[in-house]
Amino acid sequence: MGDRPAADVQQAIDGVYRAESRRVLATLIRLLGDFDIAEEAMHEAFAAAVEQWPSEGMPGNPRAWLVSTGRFKAIDRIRRRAKYDVSLEDVAEQIESIAAEPAGDREGVEDDRLRLIFTCCHPALAQDAQVALTLREVCGLTTEEIARAHLTPASTVAQRIVRAKAKIRDARIPYEVPGRGELAQRLESVLRVVYLVFNEGYLASSGEALTRNDLSGEAIRLGRLLVELLPEPEAVGLLSLMLLHESRRTARASSSGELVLLADQDRSLWNREQIADAVRLVEAALRSGGAGPYAIQAAIAAVHAEAPSAEATDWNEIVGLYGVLATLDPSPVVELNRAVAVAMRDGPAAGLALVDGLLDRGELADYYLAHSAKADFCRRLGRAAEARASYEKALALTQQAAERRFLEGRIAELAK
Amino acid sequence: MWNWLPNDTFKDAASMRYLCLIHLDESRLAAMARDEVNILDARHLDFNEGLRADGRFIEAGTLEPASGTACVRVRNGRASITDGPFAEAREQVAGFCFIEARDLNEAIRLASRIPSANLGTVEVRACREPIQPRRK
Repeated sequence: MGDRPAADVQQAIDGVYRAESRRVLATLIRLLGDFDIAEEAMHEAFAAAVEQWPSEGMPGNPRAWLVSTGRFKAIDRIRRRAKYDVSLEDVAEQIESIAAEPAGDREGVEDDRLRLIFTCCHPALAQDAQVALTLREVCGLTTEEIARAHLTPASTVAQRIVRAKAKIRDARIPYEVPGRGELAQRLESVLRVVYLVFNEGYLASSGEALTRNDLSGEAIRLGRLLVELLPEPEAVGLLSLMLLHESRRTARASSSGELVLLADQDRSLWNREQIADAVRLVEAALRSGGAGPYAIQAAIAAVHAEAPSAEATDWNEIVGLYGVLATLDPSPVVELNRAVAVAMRDGPAAGLALVDGLLDRGELADYYLAHSAKADFCRRLGRAAEARASYEKALALTQQAAERRFLEGRIAELAK
Repeated sequence: MWNWLPNDTFKDAASMRYLCLIHLDESRLAAMARDEVNILDARHLDFNEGLRADGRFIEAGTLEPASGTACVRVRNGRASITDGPFAEAREQVAGFCFIEARDLNEAIRLASRIPSANLGTVEVRACREPIQPRRK
């Protein structure tokens, strides 16, 4: 291996970086006890690899080499620093404790990745900080990439990450996978972050781009990692749900970037491979008995995905699933979705009665999709004036450019 | 970069101190029947005893209603005294529990067993200095 051309070795190192840098970082954080020191140590380890591997050849286990090199680089730093600062009396002890800890076998390394995920998504951190930290540390995105994806200044993202790390340090958020008693609750906050990242990419709450593929793809990668490390039914359900949304990506926008409703989508554009993968996952999640809101939402999306057309959809099944979802996770938005399914099954008048009830309760008064649904029912019932008024209310409540063009189109049609 | 040592974020076995501030809606508390309040008090005392037995207890207390608050500010050497600043908050600090815990997760576990957590909100705040000086 020693005589491989340098370019080959460089390419191999790049490959190792892509495949292993997150694992190396996760383990170094455990061994060194600090995010920033671990990151610095990891970069030094890769710098050492670039220097040594071309002449000495690649080690048999590059990851173990990188972890142990990173660890010794960190210890070196501490030793050198101790020479100039006599107040650091316990340096020797710390070095010993760092050096004595086992770097971990395969299983231990995967545990480190889970520890990293749970620490980044700790519920004591603000939600936007959880998202930024997860994208930075678990996914390896740069601060600039995260900022671009969230349409946020890089300095804001950097500050969120710095503050989150400070909180982890100061409040002493531990680097651990929660025990059985807390796992379900803590997993919830991890899944929320993953789904938030996915939706940020999929829905793009503001601006021109209807989809920001990078973030959705990143969320699906995260979802797969989570299922691999911790195959809980809800993690499986979320992965299935994201794949089902993703399978419709190309059908979701017209060539000119206009939003296409589910009923009007060209179903031949749906990604059958992703759908098959997702259906297999959601069936497993439902069979396991621990299905929660994500798995039920995936089941709903799967019924749509397997229907040959909007009319031929099993709306009765969908109404039933929304009923289950409403008991697991009661929310007016779920009730709105159920109302839309009821309208498909029983006609727009039945849907309108339910949506009017919801709007009367006031909870969805500022939710554009509630007004948009009401408008659609009125339009189908031939009540043009009411339809127009509701489309206009919906228009006033959304900034998303493609959604706005869709609503404006409907209003123009009614004026004809 | 590297201007400080590994601070043992995840490693140091020594405990930290956490102040658990118990926020409650006082009007709700005032509306409770006498024996309900007695039961709550008794459960708090039990909780404190449990913490003490585990070596986790530092101090705990129930506060008089927030209407008895005095706020003191010293500016340019002069003290000004006003009543409570929290007119708009629905929940007030009604009690506290000062505990020792290994890390935030353990502190959260302990705080979630504070009987009043069922009625209001417990704010768990890490205390800055470590409880023991570093071993020499």
